[in-house]
Amino acid sequence: MSNRHEPFVASGDIQPSPPPSSVVGPIAWVRENLFSGVANTVMTLIGIYVIYSLLASLVPWLLLNSVWNASSLQDCRSIDNGACLAVIRERYLQFIYGFYPTEERWRPVVAFVLMLVALWPVLFAGAPRKLLYASALYPATAYWLIWGGTIWGPLAVMAGPIVGIILYRVFDKVLSGMMDEGIAGILSMAGALLLTITWWLFAVVQVDAILGSILNIGLEPVASDKIGGFLLSMIIGVSGIAGSFPLGIALALGRQSNLIFIKALCTGFIEFIRGVPLITLLFVASVLLQYFLPPGTTFDLILRVVIMVTLFAAAYMAEVIRGGLAALPKGQYEAADALGLDYWKSMRLIVLPQALKISIPGIVNTFIGLFKDTTLVIVIGMLDPVGILGPIRADQNWNGIVWELYGFIAIFFFVFCFGMSRYSLYLERKLQTGHR
Amino acid sequence: MSDTAVLDREIDRSKLQISDEIAIEITMMNKWYGDFHVLRDISLTVNRGERIVVCGPSGSGKSTLIRCINRLEEHQKGTIIVDGIELSSDLKNIDKIRSEVGMCFQHFNLFPHLSVLDNCTLAPMWVRKEPRKEAEDRAMHYLERVKIADQALKFPGQLSGGQQQRVAIARSLCMNPRIMLFDEPTSALDPEMIKEVLDVMVDLAETGMTMICVTHEMGFARQVANRVIFMDQGQIIEQNEPEEFFNNPQSDRTKLFLSQILSH
Ligand SMILES: Nc1ncnc2c1ncn2[C@@H]1O[C@H](COP(=O)(O)OP(=O)(O)OP(=O)(O)O)[C@@H](O)[C@H]1O
Ligand SMILES: [Mg+2]
Repeated sequence: MSNRHEPFVASGDIQPSPPPSSVVGPIAWVRENLFSGVANTVMTLIGIYVIYSLLASLVPWLLLNSVWNASSLQDCRSIDNGACLAVIRERYLQFIYGFYPTEERWRPVVAFVLMLVALWPVLFAGAPRKLLYASALYPATAYWLIWGGTIWGPLAVMAGPIVGIILYRVFDKVLSGMMDEGIAGILSMAGALLLTITWWLFAVVQVDAILGSILNIGLEPVASDKIGGFLLSMIIGVSGIAGSFPLGIALALGRQSNLIFIKALCTGFIEFIRGVPLITLLFVASVLLQYFLPPGTTFDLILRVVIMVTLFAAAYMAEVIRGGLAALPKGQYEAADALGLDYWKSMRLIVLPQALKISIPGIVNTFIGLFKDTTLVIVIGMLDPVGILGPIRADQNWNGIVWELYGFIAIFFFVFCFGMSRYSLYLERKLQTGHR
Repeated sequence: MSDTAVLDREIDRSKLQISDEIAIEITMMNKWYGDFHVLRDISLTVNRGERIVVCGPSGSGKSTLIRCINRLEEHQKGTIIVDGIELSSDLKNIDKIRSEVGMCFQHFNLFPHLSVLDNCTLAPMWVRKEPRKEAEDRAMHYLERVKIADQALKFPGQLSGGQQQRVAIARSLCMNPRIMLFDEPTSALDPEMIKEVLDVMVDLAETGMTMICVTHEMGFARQVANRVIFMDQGQIIEQNEPEEFFNNPQSDRTKLFLSQILSH
């Protein structure tokens, strides 16, 4: 009899069996990372104990025994001994908007949503590049949404940079025929900038008034002293960040310039601003600035504060970026020169992309600092979230409440600052192009 | 460095044509760093198609000399005329000369934030205003020639030193320079990589490129250069054809230098 075995032939690929759970998987991970030795085990146990004790007091206070429905602090305490979150429930709208008129509150919301849209192409490379043009229109749009008034003011403001760019082109054409190109570039930029600022300071109000009297389309105006809460923090913080970044770059480049006058101007500015406390600058903004401006110009307080905060952060920003510029090997500048790139092109294409990448941690540090510093505006009587606390705590019903309110504000700031920090890590990872 | 020929290929001498046209003319050029007199009365005429090797002890001013030719350093006395244009403080002339003169550095100086291809297309697109397509085609052509086209989309940090230097050469070539300057292009490299870079430089010589190389690769000097210049303390001490220069050096300083460099 033939007793032949059919040879075994696999009919398909056999998948490798999964490694035993002692090598991979959550149990292995825990063993390797938390209990790999005596010292590690002790540390883990201490850590677990600390976390446990924190949660043991926080969870009952914040979640289990907290009170959401009450009309006063006494009420709260009589119901349960946890956090009295009823105050947040009653006042959160004030925390968000300050005293912004109730029926107009949709406007800041729209502005906020538009901000996210405008930030998208700025922050993420995946977004369509064309959207950047729309982002450029955002500041004036947001201003109009929040403050209201006729549509002509924001349009006149937006016209400023456009006219400025045209002027720059014309100046540059004319001047570069007469002198050294680099100097012509700087002169025409300064000229265009100066004229644009003049336009903003003196012409915008008139244009707004004249066109407004002819055709009055717009939104209900809202006065600056009505704006408060997180809305105010966001306005100052976001404008400060958006303004201080380009200004900081300009100052850092100016400080490295070969042109003595520009160098002295930038150095002097940076050293002066850094040497003065922000509170001083805020007082200058609220009280003194009006004296320096031509009589008749009304200059909104929030705008003045934004300018001061921007200048303040820009000085720090400039030094952070200067660090990045200094960290760049000299060979990079030389290679750019040797290829025939002029100053502006080598800055824009070679030097700044690398210097800014090096400076990301410092830049974000400055942003976070600026954002938290917005709470200082309380000293000049503005009602940022911390300022809103005053009226609430003075209220008969809520007298004596502390933790719940400060905690709420802390969470707000933490969410934004943590977001910025995560974004900077993402950016650093994305710009990683291998070791050099 | 060594005299053992790193080049194991025949060089087609018939391609090494030198024309009568003058590419670079330096007359009585002097340069100081503060009080320090780095370059003294340098006079040098380079014809189109010449391959000149500059050697000399460390600190003798070799780098400074070739960096003056594309104005990475400014000279204080005398004249330098490149491609018929005199180097003065007029920025227009300088940019013009820089786009005609390519330069390779000891440490490559590639732009680490740009891919190899973008490194090569950057100057043509931004200085010459070429459309991207055209610039990329030429970049690929030169990357092909330095045998590195398959790495075009990588970043410089992902390449070896020899590969980086070849990219740096391709990057310069993309501007279609008529003169190439090399400042110790191989002295930061391992022997294996030195060979691949020198290979590319020989190729380049065979296309009739005018080249000035600061290098201590004496094998390269012997086989490719038509003139070797010896510098010491900011002066040109001696210049001659390679055969004469190595076998029959005139000055004592040259002899000393050669004995040191060849005894390794
Ligand atoms: N920026 C500078 N400031 C002052 N002195 C300098 C500067 N650059 C170079 N030197 C000096 O000028 C001299 C010539 O330098 P250079 O770099 O041209 O020498 P080299 O011949 O290229 O030397 P090596 O072979 O080491 O590269 C050296 O003595 C150097 O110390
Ligand atoms: Mg040198």
